[in-house]
Amino acid sequence: MLQAPLPPADAGTALPLLEVRDLTVEFATRRGVVRAVEKINISLAKGETLGIVGESGSGKSVTSYAVMRILDRAGSIAEGSVMFSNLDLRSAPESDMRDLRGREMSMIFQSPRLALNPIRKIGHQIEDVLLQHAQVDRAAVTDKAIEVLDSVRIAQPRERYHAYPFELSGGMCQRVVIALALACRPQLLIADEPTTGLDVTTQKAVMDLVVELTRERGMSTILITHDLGLAAAYCDRVVVMQKGHVVETAMSETIFKQPAHAYTRKLMRATPRPGIGLRDLLPEEDAARAGPVGNKPIAAGAAPLLKIENLVKEYPRKGVTTSLKKMFGTTPVPESDVFRAVDGISFEIARGESVGLVGESGCGKSTTSMMLMRLIDKTSGTITFGGEDIGAIPAKSFATLPQRKRIQMVFQDPTDSLNPRFTAARAIADPLMRLGDIPRGELRAKCEELATQVGLPLQFLDRFPHQLSGGQKARVGIARAIALKPDLIILDEPTAALDVSVQAVVLNLLQDLKDSLGMSYLFVSHDLNVVRLLCDRVIVMKTGKIVEQGPTKRVMDSPQADYTRDLLAAIPHPPI
Amino acid sequence: MTDTATIVPPASTAATPLPPLAEAPPAAETKPESNSIFRHARYVMAENPVTGLAFVLFALIAVLALIGPYIVPHDPLASDTAVSLQAPTWEHWFGTDQLGRDIFSRVVVATRLDFIIAISSVALVFVLGGFAGIAAGFFGGWTDRLVSRLADTIMAFPLFVLAMGIVAALGNTVTNIVIATAIINFPLYVRVARAEANVRREAGFVQAARLSGNGDFRILLAHILPNIMPIMMVQISLTMGYAILNAAGLSFIGLGVKPPTPEWGIMVAEGAANIISGEWWIALFPGAALMIAVFTFNLLGDGLRDLVDPQRRT
Repeated sequence: MLQAPLPPADAGTALPLLEVRDLTVEFATRRGVVRAVEKINISLAKGETLGIVGESGSGKSVTSYAVMRILDRAGSIAEGSVMFSNLDLRSAPESDMRDLRGREMSMIFQSPRLALNPIRKIGHQIEDVLLQHAQVDRAAVTDKAIEVLDSVRIAQPRERYHAYPFELSGGMCQRVVIALALACRPQLLIADEPTTGLDVTTQKAVMDLVVELTRERGMSTILITHDLGLAAAYCDRVVVMQKGHVVETAMSETIFKQPAHAYTRKLMRATPRPGIGLRDLLPEEDAARAGPVGNKPIAAGAAPLLKIENLVKEYPRKGVTTSLKKMFGTTPVPESDVFRAVDGISFEIARGESVGLVGESGCGKSTTSMMLMRLIDKTSGTITFGGEDIGAIPAKSFATLPQRKRIQMVFQDPTDSLNPRFTAARAIADPLMRLGDIPRGELRAKCEELATQVGLPLQFLDRFPHQLSGGQKARVGIARAIALKPDLIILDEPTAALDVSVQAVVLNLLQDLKDSLGMSYLFVSHDLNVVRLLCDRVIVMKTGKIVEQGPTKRVMDSPQADYTRDLLAAIPHPPI
Repeated sequence: MTDTATIVPPASTAATPLPPLAEAPPAAETKPESNSIFRHARYVMAENPVTGLAFVLFALIAVLALIGPYIVPHDPLASDTAVSLQAPTWEHWFGTDQLGRDIFSRVVVATRLDFIIAISSVALVFVLGGFAGIAAGFFGGWTDRLVSRLADTIMAFPLFVLAMGIVAALGNTVTNIVIATAIINFPLYVRVARAEANVRREAGFVQAARLSGNGDFRILLAHILPNIMPIMMVQISLTMGYAILNAAGLSFIGLGVKPPTPEWGIMVAEGAANIISGEWWIALFPGAALMIAVFTFNLLGDGLRDLVDPQRRT
């Protein structure tokens, strides 16, 4: 236990709760010492919500780890001080830190599923924290845990107490993590990308909850995020970080109106928001160079490139009863034992058109794209592509057919979709070697041509994926997809794993490629702001069905379905 | 990783290398390939000195296996009863056995035989077990059931007894020792390869390979196999030690290599009876050689994994 309890902060003395002064964090790596954070100053008043915004590698997470003193072994605080009330966190003994963490300062991590112990009931995990910090005696701990679950708005907390993390949705898990973090009523909460990977409606619910709880308890919060819009919408003050330095600190109302630093301006420009065009995302000088977006009118009356009718995909529900029934073969498998991931959808894509497929996780948009991609087989319905029923061809044999050339895909995770043992050139050449009729001697030249087309500097062609940045990997993925000059490209959240400034460039690149090559896009995404920029038409899906489709402008400006309205309302709106 | 301070050119890890560069990359980026591998090896050794030791010992064993018979001071088979059962001297470094044969020469010459048995049995089981395991993990279904049950069946036997049975049934030859050793290691390879392939079956790059027009077998060989090589390398190294031990064990109980061929297992068996009467050197030196070899291969596994993993090459 701490010797002296922390003094209550009076409103009179303006002593900040957390004062980070000249903090420098170093990491010992193979190439020598790397400074992840250099001489940064951050102060946090009591009851304040502070956003730390920056792109990957800006040092925002490292800063919070340094405050909590949970840097990994290679990292160390080289300079500066971290004062928590009147306690020097840099020199505090580890036993004091252990006592502070969870009781006075706690943290919410990015992935709620990874932050919870998968084989322990959530109620018991909350009890662990309470008992660890001696907040309550053993007899009353169960009631207290249920009370804590209730406070994060988990319905039926008494029943949920016995649930395991895998039985809960991502949003619910994040609520449990918040409950864990807030169980001991700490003074400081650090939320490190708490909503990344959550749906936009869940993000809104989680952020509203965090803000409400911290406000009613008078806690201070640090929200670490890459999303400037999110930070500005929920925080009092915003700190912008770039490459280990704080470049700007401002109130969130002013940062959008008068960004002082060039980097903040660039970041703000790159954030997709209503009422702007694709080129507006790029820095001013690039936008001018890129020229206007070519808007070729889509030929009316022509046969659609892709036509889908009543497409259905069913999966058997896994359960003991089903397999037992199957084994004995007494009764046919009842209807309810089948899960319809995609439930009778129909739509068309014209040549040269880009269509957005929008919905939250589990709505069936990925299953749909996998079926169109002919990676999995449909249950029923037809997929007509260029006048041919490709849905009838089994997915197993589709890979080596000539039709494969005409439909390609850009994957969500640029890292996962590149073979770690292939160089960039080898990855781009793969489709050419298998399906392209290009002599081996000309492969290299073709790869270089494609790399130039997607703006990948040629010297990167001989690097392995782990030697490339996220944006470069995304370019490799795009180059591979356009290598065979397909008619249709399915873009499966191609920018979800990228920083906003990289996203801006990639989105513009995709638009330019579409204009010059005349391809059609099916853009699968959960981010309506991005879809608005790139797509001519939008299809909104929910639980396997299409709830609304129409021209992008119409759907976004006057949505007909309630669900579309909910989705639009959940996007964080920065105060502009 | 955007820093461009040092760029390590791709080493020979890609499954099918591209045609040579049409034009030389910019001068700042060029680094001779061998140099980079050398530097990487040096880094791995500096990080873990035990790995360095293992590589030195491995090199020693390999050299002895190669040139041992030409450098030994005495004929390993020549008996000279005048000097039988001598303790180590300057003339006979490791002493002599009952028949007056020089134990040092016999230990050195035996390296080749034990090394060959280990390498060929591991190569055999890597090809059979590795491919069966990858196929089981990748295809699932019936392939998986067949391969996994076969592996389980082998695992159900006490493995050394199984090896004894196979050699006893097939005959007492080096080939059969190799086959028996490969069979008892089969389940280990199947399980490792199956688990690794299974994880990667749904990976994005496998899907992307399908879109690029790769058939199942090409995905298996060109995309999945190179990715599971690091872990297979560790497995290879570990089973090398085990294979040597197994071959020596079979010879020790009289199944396997026949006397008077110099072989560590037989030599330990021959010397075992003499330990009580005080002639400890007959069993000790071949036993120590065996121990060092097994030890080396076990340590080598970690080092090999670090060397072949591209992620460690940044």
